Amino acid sequence: MAEYKTFEYDVLVIGAGGAGLRAAIEASSAGLKVGLVCKSLLGKAHTVMAEGGMAASMGNVDDRDSWRVHFADTMRGGQYLNNPRMAELHAREAGDRVRELEAWGAVFDRTKDGKILQRNFGGHRYPRLAHVGDRTGLEMIRTLQDHGIHTGMEVHMECTVLDLLTDGGRIAGAFGYGRELGRFMLWKAKAVVMATGGVGRAFKITSNSWEYTGDGQALCYRAGARLMDMEFVQFHPTGMVWPPSVRGILVTEGVRGEGGVLRNKDGKRFMFDDIPDNYKPQTADNEEEGWRYVTGDKNARRPPELLTRDHVARCINREVREGRGSPHGGVFLDIAWIKSKVPNGAEHIKRKLPSMYHQFKQLADLDITETPMEIGPTTHYIMGGVKVDADSQMTDVPGLFAAGECAAGLHGANRLGGNSLSDLVVFGMRAGASAAAYAKANGSVTVNAAQVDAIAAEAVAPLNREGGPRPYDIQFELQDFMQDLVGIVRVEKEMALAIEKLQDMKKRAAGVSAGGNREYNPGWHTAIDLRNLLTVSEAIALSAIDRKESRGAHFRDDYPEKSAEEGTYNHTIKRGADGSMQLSREPLPPMTDEMKQIIEEMKS
Amino acid sequence: MSEVTFQIWRGDRNQGAFQEYKAEVTEGMVVLDVVHKIQAEQANDMAVRWNCKAGKCGSCSAEINGMPKLMCMTRMNTLPVDKPIVIEPMKTFPLIRDLVTDVSWNFEVKKTIKKFKPRKADAPDGTWRVQQADVDRPQEFRKCIECFLCQDVCHVLRDHHMHSEFIGPRFLVYTAALEMNPLDTEDRLKDLKDQHGIGLCNITKCCTKVCPEHITITDNAIIPLKERVVDEFFDPLGGLFKMFR
Repeated sequence: MAEYKTFEYDVLVIGAGGAGLRAAIEASSAGLKVGLVCKSLLGKAHTVMAEGGMAASMGNVDDRDSWRVHFADTMRGGQYLNNPRMAELHAREAGDRVRELEAWGAVFDRTKDGKILQRNFGGHRYPRLAHVGDRTGLEMIRTLQDHGIHTGMEVHMECTVLDLLTDGGRIAGAFGYGRELGRFMLWKAKAVVMATGGVGRAFKITSNSWEYTGDGQALCYRAGARLMDMEFVQFHPTGMVWPPSVRGILVTEGVRGEGGVLRNKDGKRFMFDDIPDNYKPQTADNEEEGWRYVTGDKNARRPPELLTRDHVARCINREVREGRGSPHGGVFLDIAWIKSKVPNGAEHIKRKLPSMYHQFKQLADLDITETPMEIGPTTHYIMGGVKVDADSQMTDVPGLFAAGECAAGLHGANRLGGNSLSDLVVFGMRAGASAAAYAKANGSVTVNAAQVDAIAAEAVAPLNREGGPRPYDIQFELQDFMQDLVGIVRVEKEMALAIEKLQDMKKRAAGVSAGGNREYNPGWHTAIDLRNLLTVSEAIALSAIDRKESRGAHFRDDYPEKSAEEGTYNHTIKRGADGSMQLSREPLPPMTDEMKQIIEEMKS
Repeated sequence: MSEVTFQIWRGDRNQGAFQEYKAEVTEGMVVLDVVHKIQAEQANDMAVRWNCKAGKCGSCSAEINGMPKLMCMTRMNTLPVDKPIVIEPMKTFPLIRDLVTDVSWNFEVKKTIKKFKPRKADAPDGTWRVQQADVDRPQEFRKCIECFLCQDVCHVLRDHHMHSEFIGPRFLVYTAALEMNPLDTEDRLKDLKDQHGIGLCNITKCCTKVCPEHITITDNAIIPLKERVVDEFFDPLGGLFKMFR
């Protein structure tokens, strides 16, 4: 029998980024007993890395904006695979969530008339991102954290969840361990909100930290929930490429929002050469108009650097592949040039992009007010995730909810920058409210002791095993081949090879050995994370090989065009009775007449 | 590429010692890269706390050659490599293991500070009107990434262990951000004086020196708060004036 400490909650929230914190605040405010479990210290989750801002059609800078335009932009950006109801709720509610943050202490940058300032971003028709310089994520997480600690929630920091517990098909809580002492913990709960973020660590070049090993997706999948649209992994166009140790670290899209331009080694602004037809009406065709747009000219169209992330990433990839890249395999992102346009330009850049200035100065010895940055695509975000109900965020498992990056639906085939922070709070709040209602409506749960013992035994196995492969070696190998074979440009043959490698790796991962004991042992933690990483990697590869077209973030070299036929379904993945992954195609959810009309209107 | 020697603290609550490691250092590496390399190749179970690796989350605080720093933002080429580079955990907090300390005290302290309480909204739609110039200062304080290096270096905590009487520079900055927020209506001055020990700070500015976000902790946050406390509680003329008001 495993030894563990038991905690009992009405609602258990797993993950303490923006979505988890917002869900926990909502459930706590409903008067329920709430537990919040997070893998790191409170306030360190990946939300902290979000730079550019939070999209909400408040119209503070351009009053032509409205939820309808935001909805249409989100659907267009997602290439119409989005769940339209989620896109509608998100567009309608984002503004309230921004204002709520201000009421809780967030200090956003201001317009001249004292309102919350909004900035331009890729794929958004009007300036829409509420922001604080280039550290908006920090502002959000700190605001939620500082507000949340006064609502009565109990926080379990530096804990990893091993598996979810179920009681006759219904969720019953979670079982895991605290990193500090390696001791097991059981969190019994009537409802669970999953908010664990992404899967970036499945790839070699990523902006994600060690935490992002697909835990929420894999936990929900093992508990019986379906995953959706896992092929859509966003490669952010601008990650650092030099020096090697910082490769992948994010360079905010805000650089381009403030006037930064992309050039190849010949100094050419290559983005003008490849503007997709559906974006032509809204995209500038000359440099002068592009500059007018970023300085707020309402009659100007946006520069092509602010096209959607998938497209910009592919253009950069093409420049590099065709030999027009920068010395270290990227292209140049130049913000220094705006000094010719803006008085006191260097100071202006430092004020608008303080953490970018700092990051390059300190990590690359480069002054961005003087020298162009070298950048290239980096694995950033997964649009796919746990399939949820649009209104309640409930998964297929009764009482289990998911929100934020680990849930799917809002972003379709490609996420617009700025739609993530708003996603977190809009759906974090909804998930928290739904979980609270579920917990109130349903009685207590029973924990299955045999299930707990089995999870515990599996967890300690790597510590007791001698002579197996090292967990780090397996993780690095996985990251290498996922990057090479299921990365930004995909072909059938390579993905088939990846699936083959994954089958073999699953066997080897089951036999890893981690030295040391259970106290704060990163080797052991890496061994445990492997299982989730392998699950999400397989889901990504299986979905990607089945989608025989290029759409949004999913680019197939063997099917480079978008296909109308392929654009009619979402992929779902369910765990079969024999433990194998079962992939299905499900028709897109229907749109209301109003939605269709909005999309039609906004096409021009 | 060159081989560099490191002395890294290995141990738990009860015992520990420096252990020597050698690692190849290549261009652009930061200290955290080296620690990860050693962890992956030579010491799988070496405990280190980190997240973003970009100076934004404040997890990887440690003392490098005696200076409190973020490991992810300390480039190897800023350190002398002709002698061993010493990496040890923050000393102000209890050790958990190796480079990881128990910083939970900080999270408890924060709960004792009264939360943000905004004034009534300025506009009918529930929003406020604030000029950028009026939020520049609180925004400076809100850059804080809670790395707790300022707490680590503060002698009131580090040498005198007055954790129960003094909230430390991090939470004086936190209080200042609230007090100087133009929307806030709460009064935290009495708490600063009575429970939070603001008088214990004798402005040696060590906290400002180690802040990776370059927040001018002492000059912009602590001194103005001290002045407000003095004005409120220790100004004889003002006190007299208040009596007759």
